Amino acid sequence: MSDERVIVSGGTIVDPASGPPRPGDLVIDGERIAGIAPPGSVPAEGRVIDATGLLVLPGLVDMHVHLREPGHEYKETIATGTAAAVAGGITSVACMANTNPVNDSGAVTRFILEQAARAGAARVYPVGALSVGLEGARLAEFGEMRRAGIVAVSDDGRPVMDAGLMRRALEYARMFDLLVIAHEEDCGLAAGGVMNEGVTAVRLGLRGIPAAAEEVMVARDIALAELTGGRLHIAHISTRGAVELVRAAKARGVAVSAEATPHHLLLTEEAVGEYDTNAKMAPPLRTQADVDAVRAGLADGTIEALATDHAPHHRDEKEVEFEHAANGIVGLETSLALGLKLVAEGVLDLSTLVDRMSTGPARLLGVPGGTLRPGEAADVTLLDPKRTWVVDPTAFRSKSRNTPYAGWELTGKVVTVLVGGRTVYTDVTAQPVLRVAS
Amino acid sequence: MTYTKRHLVGLRGLTAEEITGILDQAASFKELSERAIKKAPTLRGKTVVNLFYENSTRTRTSFEIAAKRLSADTINITASSSSVGKGETLADTARNLEAMRPDVIVVRHPSSGAAQLVARHVSCAVVNAGDGCHEHPTQALLDLLTIRERRGDVAGLTVAIVGDLLHSRVGRSNLYALLALGARVRLVGPPTLLPREFAALGAELHHELAAGVRGADVIMMLRIQRERQGANLFPSLEEYSQYFCLTEETVRLAAPGVIILHPGPINRGIEISTAVADGPYSVIMDQVTNGVAVRMAVLCLLAARSRADAPAEIEPASEPSLGVARA
Repeated sequence: MSDERVIVSGGTIVDPASGPPRPGDLVIDGERIAGIAPPGSVPAEGRVIDATGLLVLPGLVDMHVHLREPGHEYKETIATGTAAAVAGGITSVACMANTNPVNDSGAVTRFILEQAARAGAARVYPVGALSVGLEGARLAEFGEMRRAGIVAVSDDGRPVMDAGLMRRALEYARMFDLLVIAHEEDCGLAAGGVMNEGVTAVRLGLRGIPAAAEEVMVARDIALAELTGGRLHIAHISTRGAVELVRAAKARGVAVSAEATPHHLLLTEEAVGEYDTNAKMAPPLRTQADVDAVRAGLADGTIEALATDHAPHHRDEKEVEFEHAANGIVGLETSLALGLKLVAEGVLDLSTLVDRMSTGPARLLGVPGGTLRPGEAADVTLLDPKRTWVVDPTAFRSKSRNTPYAGWELTGKVVTVLVGGRTVYTDVTAQPVLRVAS
Repeated sequence: MTYTKRHLVGLRGLTAEEITGILDQAASFKELSERAIKKAPTLRGKTVVNLFYENSTRTRTSFEIAAKRLSADTINITASSSSVGKGETLADTARNLEAMRPDVIVVRHPSSGAAQLVARHVSCAVVNAGDGCHEHPTQALLDLLTIRERRGDVAGLTVAIVGDLLHSRVGRSNLYALLALGARVRLVGPPTLLPREFAALGAELHHELAAGVRGADVIMMLRIQRERQGANLFPSLEEYSQYFCLTEETVRLAAPGVIILHPGPINRGIEISTAVADGPYSVIMDQVTNGVAVRMAVLCLLAARSRADAPAEIEPASEPSLGVARA
């Protein structure tokens, strides 16, 4: 099994790390990529996956996911979350620490990794808490968690309001080369807000969160990254001003990176409509000008990663008064097709999209994958770029259904997904593509 | 064109004809309240549930009297919304009430959007009696009826609404209805209580009371809630009243024949001086009287249609493109 040869033949290879898209046969030996050969040049030995008409991508890496286990298994488990991931073409996820117990110890990190191994779908990279219990008071044990397997630290969901703590986190994380992921929202400015501050909030009588709540924190943390030399990563960037701050900081050589979510690239505050709780998230959906700026930032590389902020919630947590509804939406099973929508709209080209959904985040986290170069882990996503499908939340593999995209017709469907050379997902609605050579 | 929607959750989006239709109906009900026997059989056999999650003497009593004068059976439920996360959800409460087959649920709730949430879970009619900072449509309708009685046509009038617009459902409902009827609307308050976005809704914004009321035909004062004091929206009630308390001196800047409205309960000496509240131009008690007539009209329009006759669709479905970013 481990040294089995698999040939993915007849597809178009889209590997931004090794050049523009081109036809080619991907050869896999065991768990690793052996190479890419000209179409038809490899003898059909072993298992052949017919990828005619398909795009062959390095498996996608989603650096911002909430898997909810341990503690909130009624929303999602590591098994259902990783099943949802591979169905969306995502072979690696970084999972946030806001579980119960919080992932602020090596023990919780190890538990997550054990559950992930048991699930056997996507690779799981835990993100450790920045502060003990996410309480924003004392540094968590980065070293112990690093030894157990974390790839970054973050109090995601809880902005780090104490600038002194953030400074020390950025400084101390350097010893372990850990990325510090920041949820940027000044709690004083956001105070009780439930959607973007603007005309829609005024119309609906809902308390607003100004763009400045994000921007003052991004500005603060950029200054702290400059002070400390730590690696700062801005989670789910959502405003024009924040994108401009990151762009300017990068131009100065500051070690800052950013990610954007599909919803901040595709939806505006108007999606709240008449109190649609599936349009409630943190940071909130913003304005068209913000969407345009986030798109431009994703295209020009100011934003290196497209990440879902997959946030499963039970129906009971959404079917309530808007101000009491939980923040966030699921995203793993729709992000690639939504990304392709950006390609179709001319926001960025296909290679750039794959870079932002695979190569970029793998590089930021320092994890395997992100490219199809020889010797890399054989994490591969086969995509039919022409298949259209309608988003049906009842068909999600995720335990939760909270999505604003129900009923959207999207183009681009994941057909087959390999993790470490092993097929972990096959779209049962697609034509059979597997055959064994005689 | 009378009002034909199933619910009344807000006045935003209503046409002048729909609003005028309700007001005409209300005007015709006023006479009933002046009779010795204040009862009409219009809603006999209908059930009206008053579901109130906030304290309210005036509004709840007004709805109850309105329903009783039309011979409906009324049930009052005073529920606590403080047990969020414990207790029953609003959606479950709505479904349970629905199972008892009422004809109208009148709901007041501290959360914006609560009336829509109830409406989504029931097939009977829902009347919003105030939801958070969103809308309070029957209050605005009774204000309009009062203005119409005193000033005739609403179109062309200049109306100043003064106070905490940010948190006011009364202010929002009045803004939408007044604009629909062709009035000019000025909103007056400190910038902390009057965000710039209100201009996009069609109002003129003023941060100085004198400028806001100068030449106004109607001045509508909003109640300032004492608990806002702690949120740094203004330094103190004392300072607020120095700038925004309506006094006889300020009223003299308004147009001759100006009328003064207040939805109550009033804070004497804070947003309105006692002399003005009790003065000759004050129509505050007319508002209360008209409240019963307006609520009779609304209950009548919504409940008179039997459950089976009501259109299936609750609200027009939102545009599928709503909130989708432009390419």
